[in-house]
Amino acid sequence: MNKEPNIICRCEDVTVEQVRELLQKGYTHFEDLKRQLRVGMGPCQGQNCQEMIRREIATFLGVSIEDVPTHTVRPLIIGVPLEAIKAAKKR
Amino acid sequence: MIANILIIGSGISGVAIAYHLAHKGVKDIVVIDQSYMTSGATGRCGAGVRQQWATKANCMMAKRSIEFFHDAATILDYADDIEFKQEGYLILATDQEEHEQFTHNVRLQNSLDIPSRQLSVSEARNIVPHLNPEAFVSATFCPTDGHLNPFKMTDAYYQAAKRLGVTFLFFETVRSISIESGRIEKVITSKRTILTHHVVNASGGYACEVGKMAGIDIPVYSENHEILVTEPIEKIQGPMVMSFKKNIYCQQVPHGSFLMGRSTPDQVQGHDISSSWQFLEAMAETVCEILPVIGKLRVVRQWGGSYNMSPDRQPIICEAPNLQGYTMACGFSGHGFMFAPMTGVLISEIILKEPPTLDVSLYHIDRFKKHMMDDIEKSVV
Ligand SMILES: Cc1cc2nc3c(=O)[nH]c(=O)nc-3n(C[C@H](O)[C@H](O)[C@H](O)COP(=O)(O)OP(=O)(O)OC[C@H]3O[C@@H](n4cnc5c(N)ncnc54)[C@H](O)[C@@H]3O)c2cc1C
Repeated sequence: MNKEPNIICRCEDVTVEQVRELLQKGYTHFEDLKRQLRVGMGPCQGQNCQEMIRREIATFLGVSIEDVPTHTVRPLIIGVPLEAIKAAKKR
Repeated sequence: MIANILIIGSGISGVAIAYHLAHKGVKDIVVIDQSYMTSGATGRCGAGVRQQWATKANCMMAKRSIEFFHDAATILDYADDIEFKQEGYLILATDQEEHEQFTHNVRLQNSLDIPSRQLSVSEARNIVPHLNPEAFVSATFCPTDGHLNPFKMTDAYYQAAKRLGVTFLFFETVRSISIESGRIEKVITSKRTILTHHVVNASGGYACEVGKMAGIDIPVYSENHEILVTEPIEKIQGPMVMSFKKNIYCQQVPHGSFLMGRSTPDQVQGHDISSSWQFLEAMAETVCEILPVIGKLRVVRQWGGSYNMSPDRQPIICEAPNLQGYTMACGFSGHGFMFAPMTGVLISEIILKEPPTLDVSLYHIDRFKKHMMDDIEKSVV
């Protein structure tokens, strides 16, 4: 297997090894991992990493992936510049 | 389960209280939370820390707490980084009335050894060059104010408390508190009964409800405050920029993103913490006026959280007057993160009947009954 660190969250440069280390320490909720590692906080808002991280949690806890809660999805769906929001209000 | 002391809430207040009690040798401390750690206001806050307040009570809480934050990683032996950034708060006066109020504030702060000072518009722009000079008339600056990562700071207390033997229960809700012959006997949770004579109410937005469980009327309520974060960029701003009249605070965190928030005028009371487009629009408009260049940045995410408001916008930290063994730390009114180290110290001193580090009468719930609230904090967003 590849011995190089494997990036699991491309927005925040987080590796799968970092995720596994925190799982070992008891941070087994997506919201815990998010707060310690920033996974899911970047521009993609977890759209790329969320499923892989839930799979890591499921494997670690020995449960099925459906039993691992998803992280909270928040607005905005995609990034919008503050200026554009202001300009849209004027119209 | 038996607990010597049961702390309700694992936000920054709860973990700080747990740490300070455990550090003084108290055994069998249990911290309980209905959700994950920092699920309450702590994980939703701006995490700015400032000493530029208008009341002595708030100034003292903040000053002593910031001294702790400065050394927290060492004191708590934290291997990770709490990301403490001490580059000041720049508070804008937008009219003559605010300028005069700030002159008064700075005099009070200086008398308490807080190194704040008043600045002209051009002096302020030497510190934050992208400020719109038309948007304010003067400013105050305190270089030892700052910011830190609320998740890491809570984690630092949590890990230190755990090493000292504190037990943490997550995803478990306190439902009721049983009192017999004027004494706390047990606490019923969603999972079990905990036998204890000592309860600490550190339940943030639910402090009023957790008071009622023991028949205590705590004059606090919750209201939603919204906030947003932008994409990260290279560092362009050192201090937090804040204006009370324009209703904004805006900080670039070490990660590179900007956090900014404002309060919603005439907000309804309650536990709603949803996000609104009205906030987004008002926030965009305000920041584009004061810090125009930041308007170029994309908003990545917005969210809301509870401010637990007290009548004079200062915390309530005391033992309940009519129920021995029930202590409370609540009503932080939107600034409980920065006060947490002193909250932990003061509650531990109250419980252990030690001489208090600060004049605790300033934080006692009885102040709302007795003398007036002659000292209402005005420096709030
Ligand atoms: C948008 C926003 C911005 C802010 N900005 C700042 C800032 O820049 N600087 C600053 O100092 N402060 C700021 N604050 C305020 C700060 O977040 C709070 O004052 C502080 O986090 C309060 O911490 P706490 O531990 O007392 O409460 P919380 O963090 O709310 O923790 C209370 C905990 O109690 C738990 N709980 C409640 N009821 C029960 C129950 N029945 N059973 C079990 N558990 C229960 C909750 O789950 C929660 O985790 C801000 C707040 C918001 C919302």
